[in-house]
Amino acid sequence: MTIQLTIDGEVVTTTEGTPLVEVAAANGTYVPTLCHHPGSPCLGTCRVCAVRVNGAIAASCSLGARDGMVVEVNTPELRDLRRTIVEMLFVEGVHNCPSCEKSGRCQLQAVALDMRLEGARFPYRYPDREAEHDAARIWLERDRCIFCQRCVEFVRDRETGKKIFSISRRGERARIELDVELADAMPPEQVAEAVDLCPVGAILAKGVGYDVPIGQRRYEAWSLRNRVLGRRPS
Amino acid sequence: MTPDGAARVHASHELPATPPPAQTVEARAGKIPIATISLCGCWGCTLSILDLDERIIPLLDAVTITRSSLTDIKRISGRCAVGFVEGGVANEENIETLEHFREHCDVLISVGACSIWGGIPSLRNTVGLAACLREAYLDSPTRVPGSPPIIPRHEEIPRLTTTVRPCHEVVHMDYFISGCPPDGDAVFSVLSDLAAGRPVNLPTAITRFD
Repeated sequence: MTIQLTIDGEVVTTTEGTPLVEVAAANGTYVPTLCHHPGSPCLGTCRVCAVRVNGAIAASCSLGARDGMVVEVNTPELRDLRRTIVEMLFVEGVHNCPSCEKSGRCQLQAVALDMRLEGARFPYRYPDREAEHDAARIWLERDRCIFCQRCVEFVRDRETGKKIFSISRRGERARIELDVELADAMPPEQVAEAVDLCPVGAILAKGVGYDVPIGQRRYEAWSLRNRVLGRRPS
Repeated sequence: MTPDGAARVHASHELPATPPPAQTVEARAGKIPIATISLCGCWGCTLSILDLDERIIPLLDAVTITRSSLTDIKRISGRCAVGFVEGGVANEENIETLEHFREHCDVLISVGACSIWGGIPSLRNTVGLAACLREAYLDSPTRVPGSPPIIPRHEEIPRLTTTVRPCHEVVHMDYFISGCPPDGDAVFSVLSDLAAGRPVNLPTAITRFD
C-alpha cells in the first residue's frame, strides 16, 4: 500500500513496511548503517542508523514505514548520537586502519570518515583479543569485530544451512567464533562473500591482501554515501 | 647538579646562543609562529609538511616555524599560534613536551593515527610494559650472548608510561588531522585555513585513516 510520511520535513511517498533507512536513501537522505544489509532480514544490532520517529529514537533499519510518520534524521542531536555510537565502537576495539588490510573498503571506516570522526570522546580500551588462524582460507581478527552479526546470520554452510560463525560469551568478554571444519568446506567465492559482508576487518581471506592501490579502493573510488544514495562518482 | 653530584647535561636551549640578525627578526615579525613536534611517532606526519612541496613557499610568507624538528630549535620561545603535534604519549618526556606545547600554543592540532589514538606504538598496550621491556632487553634474540640482563634506567632516559595514550587524553587538542600519515593536501588545508583566519574545514575527500 502506498503511504506518505515526512523525512526532515519533506513529504515522501513509499510502500508501507519498507525499512525507513531505505525510504530515506530512496529520497536522497543518507543514514549511516553497519549491520543493515539491503535485501537481508533486519538485524538491528549496531544502532548506528538511529533516527527520531514520531518523537522517539529508533533504529531506522528495524522500523517499517507507516502512513503519517514524522521522521527526523539530520538534527545536530541525532548526528551526535550516531557519532557517539561510532566513537564507542572505535574505543572498544582495536581499529588500527594503518595496519588493516580492509582499509579503504571498510564500512566502519567509511561511516566514520563521512561523519568526520576525529578523536573519540571516550578513553580507548585497547582490548587484547586473540586472533583465530586455524581455518585454511579464512582468519578472524577478533579485536576488530563490532558484533553486527551479519556473518552469524547470513553466512551458512551451503549443504546443511548450519551457521559457520557464532558469538560466544557475553558483554565485554563476547567474541566471534568460527567453526573451522565448516569454514574449510566454504568454496572460495563464499570466503570472498564473507570477507565482503564483514563491515570491518574482522573476517579476512588468507593468501591475498593489499591488492588495490591507495586512492582506488572501494570507498575511495565511490564514497559510501554516494553508493547508498545511488549517485555515481563524477 | 644531579643528586649524585655529577654535572648535569645541559639541554641545548639552555646554552648561550647568538641572536638572529636584525634583518631576520624583522622579516619574521608579523608572521604567524608555528611549532611542530613528534612525540611517540615516526616523523612521517612531520614529513607530510614537506609534502606541501612548492606550496610551502607562499605559506612561509604567512607563517614562521619556531620549535620544530625541521628547524632544530628545541624549545618554544614566546607565544606560538599553532602547535602541530604528531605521535602519541608514551613516556614522561612526551607528557612534559605536550604540556609545554599546550601552555605556549593558542591552537594545538593532533596529527596522525599515533596522536589521535596511539597508533602503532599503542600495540604495546595489549602486551603490557613489563613484557615489552623483558622481550626487548632480557629475552631478545639479538641480545649479546653473555651480556648482563639489564633494562636501561637512568634519569636522562625518559620513563615509559604504562600504556601509550592519545594526546587529547593528556591535554585539550583543538583540531585533528587523521591519516598515517595524512596527505600533504590535508595538512595544507588545515594550516592555510588557520593562517588565513578561516574556520578549519578539512574535506572528507582528502582525509584518510591510514
